Amino acid sequence: MPVTEEFSPKIVAFCCNWCSYAGADLAGSSRLSYPAEVKIIRVPCSCRVNPMFLLRAFQKGADGVILCGCHPGDCHYSTGNYYARRRMTLLFSMLSYLGIEKERTRVEWVSAAEGARFAGVMNDFVKTVRALGPCRRLEDVRCRE
Amino acid sequence: MQRIGVFVCHCGSNIAATVDVEKVVQAARGVPGVVCAQDYRYMCSQAGQDLIRCAIREEKLTGVVVCSCSPRMHEATFRRAAEQEGLNPYLVEIANIREQCSWIHKDRDQATAKAIVLMRAAVEKVRRDQPLTAGKSGVVKRALVIGGGIAGLSTALDVAGAGFEVDIVEKEPSIGGKMAQLDKTFPTLDCSACILTPKMVEASQNENIHLYTYSEVEEVSGFVGNFTVTIRKKARFVDETRCTGCGVCMEKCPSKKAKNEFNCGLNTRSAIYIPFAQAIPNVPVIDTENCIKMKTGKCGICQKNCAAGAIDYTQKDERITREYGAIVAATGFQPIGLQAFGEYGYDRYPDVITSLELERLMNAAGPTGGELRCPSDGRKPKEIVFVQCVGSRGQSCRDKSYCSKICCMYTAKHAMLIRDHWPEMNVHVMYIDVRTPGKNFDEFYRRAAEEYGVDYIKGQVGKVYEQDGRLKVQASDLLDDRQLLLNADLVVLAAAIEPSPTARKLATMLTASMDTNDFFTEAHPKLRPVESPTAGIFLSGVCQGPKDIPETVAQAGAAAAKVIGLLSKKELTANACTAQPDEGRCNGCGECEKVCPYGAISYEEKEMRVPGKTEKRRVARINTALCQGCGACTVACPSGVMDLLGFSNRQILSEVDAICR
Amino acid sequence: MQRIREILSGWLREGQADRVLGWKKGELPGMREPAFFHTEKELEELVYDRFCGPNLSKFLIAAGEKPGVTAVLVKPCDSYSLNELIRENRVRREQVRILGVPCKGNVDPRALEGKGVLAVREEEEQLMLSTLYGEEILPLSQVLLERCRVCRGKKHAVYDELLDPGQEEGPAGADRFAEVARLENMTEEERYAFWQGEFSRCIRCNACRNACPACNCRVCVFDGPAFDSSQKANAVPFEESMFHIVRAFHVAGRCTDCGECSRVCPQRIPLHLLNRKFIRDIDTLYGPYQAGEKDTGRSPLTDFTTGDCEPGAWEGA
Repeated sequence: MPVTEEFSPKIVAFCCNWCSYAGADLAGSSRLSYPAEVKIIRVPCSCRVNPMFLLRAFQKGADGVILCGCHPGDCHYSTGNYYARRRMTLLFSMLSYLGIEKERTRVEWVSAAEGARFAGVMNDFVKTVRALGPCRRLEDVRCRE
Repeated sequence: MQRIGVFVCHCGSNIAATVDVEKVVQAARGVPGVVCAQDYRYMCSQAGQDLIRCAIREEKLTGVVVCSCSPRMHEATFRRAAEQEGLNPYLVEIANIREQCSWIHKDRDQATAKAIVLMRAAVEKVRRDQPLTAGKSGVVKRALVIGGGIAGLSTALDVAGAGFEVDIVEKEPSIGGKMAQLDKTFPTLDCSACILTPKMVEASQNENIHLYTYSEVEEVSGFVGNFTVTIRKKARFVDETRCTGCGVCMEKCPSKKAKNEFNCGLNTRSAIYIPFAQAIPNVPVIDTENCIKMKTGKCGICQKNCAAGAIDYTQKDERITREYGAIVAATGFQPIGLQAFGEYGYDRYPDVITSLELERLMNAAGPTGGELRCPSDGRKPKEIVFVQCVGSRGQSCRDKSYCSKICCMYTAKHAMLIRDHWPEMNVHVMYIDVRTPGKNFDEFYRRAAEEYGVDYIKGQVGKVYEQDGRLKVQASDLLDDRQLLLNADLVVLAAAIEPSPTARKLATMLTASMDTNDFFTEAHPKLRPVESPTAGIFLSGVCQGPKDIPETVAQAGAAAAKVIGLLSKKELTANACTAQPDEGRCNGCGECEKVCPYGAISYEEKEMRVPGKTEKRRVARINTALCQGCGACTVACPSGVMDLLGFSNRQILSEVDAICR
Repeated sequence: MQRIREILSGWLREGQADRVLGWKKGELPGMREPAFFHTEKELEELVYDRFCGPNLSKFLIAAGEKPGVTAVLVKPCDSYSLNELIRENRVRREQVRILGVPCKGNVDPRALEGKGVLAVREEEEQLMLSTLYGEEILPLSQVLLERCRVCRGKKHAVYDELLDPGQEEGPAGADRFAEVARLENMTEEERYAFWQGEFSRCIRCNACRNACPACNCRVCVFDGPAFDSSQKANAVPFEESMFHIVRAFHVAGRCTDCGECSRVCPQRIPLHLLNRKFIRDIDTLYGPYQAGEKDTGRSPLTDFTTGDCEPGAWEGA
């Protein structure tokens, strides 16, 4: 089948309120563009992100999920991102073990001052996921419209 | 039945130029539960807020979604408006269609489509919002200032002046900071000590101020209004209550080879020492690394000679735990190390010095008594070359990317003073740009160049080397486009400044964020420049970014005003978005308590009614005054019993659903 | 066996225990069921042999709601599950009296399936079967449970009394991570195919959840409303994967690798390979950790070091 249109992935980005969400705001106020496929969900801290949220995203047809938090050592709540780091390391490893491409999940630390980095990370992530194509391995087909 | 209102802001053209606002409004009208959708040019304006309030009133809204700028900008504005109309403020959600949509996307269709998705996600979230009430907590009427330089002192004096108690923690044996080391100050050429020491004395005599010198902050817990801080008072080995400051101990001390830190190592001091004449407190401290008694157990001369009996070799570090309502970081700066800048020969040639060393060489209380001499052999220099931007404004990994801000002006000051005192000396300044914004700054620089004949050369220095016993400075003159080889008796490097290395550790304890250069981050770069994003933590002086003295003092005063504002409050409104366990399902396993950074979770044996009987169960309990709402516990809980109000599982899942639709 | 009864009878007699949790014979040959015994007379039915596979730890949660002390028989690997339950405050140490019994490995009852077994007895490391089709002899080494083939030791993590002290040293089993490593070496495509093949057999009977000592929540997330996850039967592959991923994640760092999940799965899904993947990752990334070894402290997922591996830097294999 010929590819007529470039694949537009669904990307869910969980951003902690204090660093990454502010970093995304800075990317915005600096007019640093990244693909519109990225939709941000604000969470207080990266440690708020339950593996259930990621699985839900994949269930509903997301093609990639990225979690952004403060740099280790800079967590607004001092230790949240350290727990998130362990949880996500293990979860991502498990997803890959079950055959879900590990490039579809990512954790990045983006500070409030790193608007350019935020845009860079998102550009890169979207590019990676776009290259992988649609994610079907965890999708719940009943959720398709 | 939910009655949700959606309000789409044009933000002038900031949003409307890229997002088809009308389409977003239309789409909102199609979302179940949305009973009204409107757009307006500036939703944050009074008229815009009135529009929302009017809709809440007339449409009897149960939830409000504002599609506008970042919630970090105006969430509080819109929540206040809702509250004024009697709607619980936590039933207002923001869809960020400016920073995270219109400003970053060019394609109008794409941006509009995304704005609609973000709007829908916010509607789904608001649909699952519940009214929240924030708890209240008290404020300890006492402030802690960390750092006793001009920034910390100014803040402390201002806060104390308003009638609040302030503790200053200073890691060095004396307060005064870097300003105490300076000779004169630009652009007025006041004597630095003459304007600083009265402040130091004032601080030490103010009954509201308590000094902890030679002390460090070891542990911080708690939250805004209620911090608990442990301060480690390092052993001075001199009893402060007995010492009269007579100085006999220093005279008699046989170990006099220690590097004098105050004079940048340009001369030596005794092992028991007071850093400088005007030090406060005027109490010596024993440097254990150089003290013969401490190293060998034999000596004790200072103790024998102390008439007051103040020397105590067995003194131990002391730990003091106190409560504070506010904490001010005023940790200051230091010049960068120059090991990585081999081309300037700082480590090889004694006559290549830093600007701070020059301050000491020109100071009447310095190692040369104020006579400018070459450190190598004590001769009077004839040719002096200043090198600007050493480590500032660079791209490579050894450089700081920022401008250190103070170097242009202090170099103009040095050059002018040298030409004034010793007109026979020639002064050359190698610069990239001369930056002189500030009151009377440019006039000052022009005087140096024009009236005092300072030779400003635009260009960079390639290398400093020795030839026939004389320093040579190889440089390029960019305006004349030629190579220069300058003779120099003294080369002065304007080393970049960097935040104190103690700041990083402190920031972690305070849970205050820092930028990539280890400067503390302000809550907002323009609107909240003296507050850290962490509530109750304030920023004073260079720890937030490079500043000269007047700016530092201004910022210190601003920080003090914020502290006073906080301490004046009767009570604080706590975070409303707290964790909440479903007690009936709680296992009491203890995993949540382990990850709580605030000690907000405890367990109680609770009588629970279950079918047919009552049983005692161990269940988690949240102290809502302590919970800051991070949500770590919600994921640690294996049975998903812990939820976070305002960011509940169902809310986040519904946002995911809306986005993935 | 006699000694076990004597000890337990003593405990009941002297009031050191109010009831005993052990095993008794089930309906079919080679089947053993968990059972409570309240009197010396009842104890006559108690059995302990190579068929006593079920891990009894989890029953102590419910037993803890009754007054008094429950005496329990624990095999070495069960003792870790029990100790972990004590760490998680699900079982109160003072409410249990633990008799550690030695274990030479349990028989996998499935090895007997389809043979028409009428009776079975154990004789010198051999199983003597009388079946509908005649006598059959099986060497015990061939019919052990997977978890026993990779046995990690004979030491008890917690006990009040040991039946046979001095049996802590046993021969090491095979490498328990070999199969995990095999999967890790596959491509993602192959792994996906492997797990889909396995998960597609799942009937969501919840046997794994019910048997697992770490799955001890009062109300499982899959039965609660919080995550919209309370579907029962799997309708689509997503739900199969979802259930097992989440279950494995919820017990990560708390799973002692007792192997009950795979032992009880009627569809023979190798569920232990999920848990072992987490265990292997945790061991590699955060240092060796055996859940249940200690009855206090943090599990790896409620702990951290500032220098922990970044998610992106972990290849996972």
